[in-house]
Amino acid sequence: MSDRPSDSQERGKPVPFRGGGFLPKPKKIIAPIVFIVLIGLWELGTRTGMISPLILPAPSEAFGAFMDLVNSGLLWQHLAASLQRLLIGWFSGTMLGILVGTLIGLFSLARSGMQPLVSAIFPIPKIALLPLFVIWFGIGEGSKVATILFGTFFPTVIATYGGIDNVDRGLIRMGQSFGLSRISIITKIILPGALPAILSGARISAAIAIILLVAAEMIAAEFGIGAYILLAGSLMATDQLIAGVAILSCLGLVFAWLIGRAEKYFLKWRA
Amino acid sequence: MDLSLRHISHRYDEVEVLRDISLEIGQGQIVCIIGPSGCGKSTLLRMIGGLERPTSGEVLQLGEPPAGCLNPLTYIFQDFALLPWRTVEGNISLVLEDHALDGAAREKIIADVLARTKLSDFRKAYPRQLSGGMKQRVAIARALSVRPAVLLMDEPLSALDSQTRELLMDDLVELWEKENYTAAYVTHNLAEAVRLGHKIVVLSRRPGEIRDIVEIDMPLSARTGENAELEAVQKRLWTLMRDEARAADMELLDE
Repeated sequence: MSDRPSDSQERGKPVPFRGGGFLPKPKKIIAPIVFIVLIGLWELGTRTGMISPLILPAPSEAFGAFMDLVNSGLLWQHLAASLQRLLIGWFSGTMLGILVGTLIGLFSLARSGMQPLVSAIFPIPKIALLPLFVIWFGIGEGSKVATILFGTFFPTVIATYGGIDNVDRGLIRMGQSFGLSRISIITKIILPGALPAILSGARISAAIAIILLVAAEMIAAEFGIGAYILLAGSLMATDQLIAGVAILSCLGLVFAWLIGRAEKYFLKWRA
Repeated sequence: MDLSLRHISHRYDEVEVLRDISLEIGQGQIVCIIGPSGCGKSTLLRMIGGLERPTSGEVLQLGEPPAGCLNPLTYIFQDFALLPWRTVEGNISLVLEDHALDGAAREKIIADVLARTKLSDFRKAYPRQLSGGMKQRVAIARALSVRPAVLLMDEPLSALDSQTRELLMDDLVELWEKENYTAAYVTHNLAEAVRLGHKIVVLSRRPGEIRDIVEIDMPLSARTGENAELEAVQKRLWTLMRDEARAADMELLDE
């Protein structure tokens, strides 16, 4: 008995390889290169006059506007005002969303009562409700925070009850079979099981919060990145506008990174 | 503590699942329930542990569970049902946390059951790091930690490969030799049933009725290797089941 290939017979040809692929892997250096090349081309375009400065200011000009903002000390005032609104609005919207989402995920009455309501209100652009928010919550911080709160509340609700619906029923039955109390089953089985979905909901709602920041600061805001962008826009100061937008984009990156850290920490069991 | 099933019948809407099942599960006995797939044996097990209510009939506890028993009717599931976000010790601690035990007492139980299932080195491991056999060992350790009066096992070895199954079956036998636990053991594997069962209940296809009850007097420790008597029993069980299994195989799953 032998598995040795017989030399005497003809060579035959190798079986063609058809596996592999379909597994994109993140390569760390690519992203910065893409950014640098794009910005470089843009700068080059404006320097050579291919792109008229009226249409799009050069990145260096936008950076200049940003440095003006830093040097005047206004950046921190804008950032502080915006961050405060963002954090209060996003945090309370997310907390309320998790609460209501959990109720919908757990109780038939809440589900039948609130799910259609959520579906009906979620698609309404919160910007359209801005005047109402001003009437309800005043022209000050209240209406701005409320806009962000409402905007982040609904996606969180949907992510939360979706996550709860997807918790393995076998685990819940296991909890019941060991006589765990209802509250234990909710806090130790259902909520941890829904956490991955809640965190990916948080990613989406963080982006929505930043989008709505500009809308919220349309209403009589003295400071704030959104207010800065809107002012730049109405003065056609496109360099300032680009600088402001870049700040928002960086905020988005920071938020995404923070949530990524939270995912790494809370979901280390998934690996 | 004994369990007694009295005239259990069950139907889901129009579909009759179980019909008039009466059965005794005596202290220290392993009762295997076998039957073709879809015959309602897992449903029956859920009723024995109070996870589902039969349409008619009742499951009675005869006598009191032994002192110190935290959860008299305790399951071991086919898919292990371990929380992936808790370590081995966390999964065991989960079922103890709702009982009035102080930290030291809980720690003592955990260390004890881990030692009994030879898992002490894996305390801090997450389920994803464990093989199927190890996961089921953790589930067994978790079940033992609440000092059950009756173990309810729902195809506990069916998700494992055949070598692991052999090993775990030996563990279950060894454990029974030491502790004489009472168990209801649902399986579709006849070899498992003759290896572990003191009493083997054969269910018919849906609606599940008891076709036969086979008792095997041979002690569990003697049931190793080639054994003519056991093979005869297994053959007899298979003739009882073959036609049922074939007919069940041809049925549509959900109607």
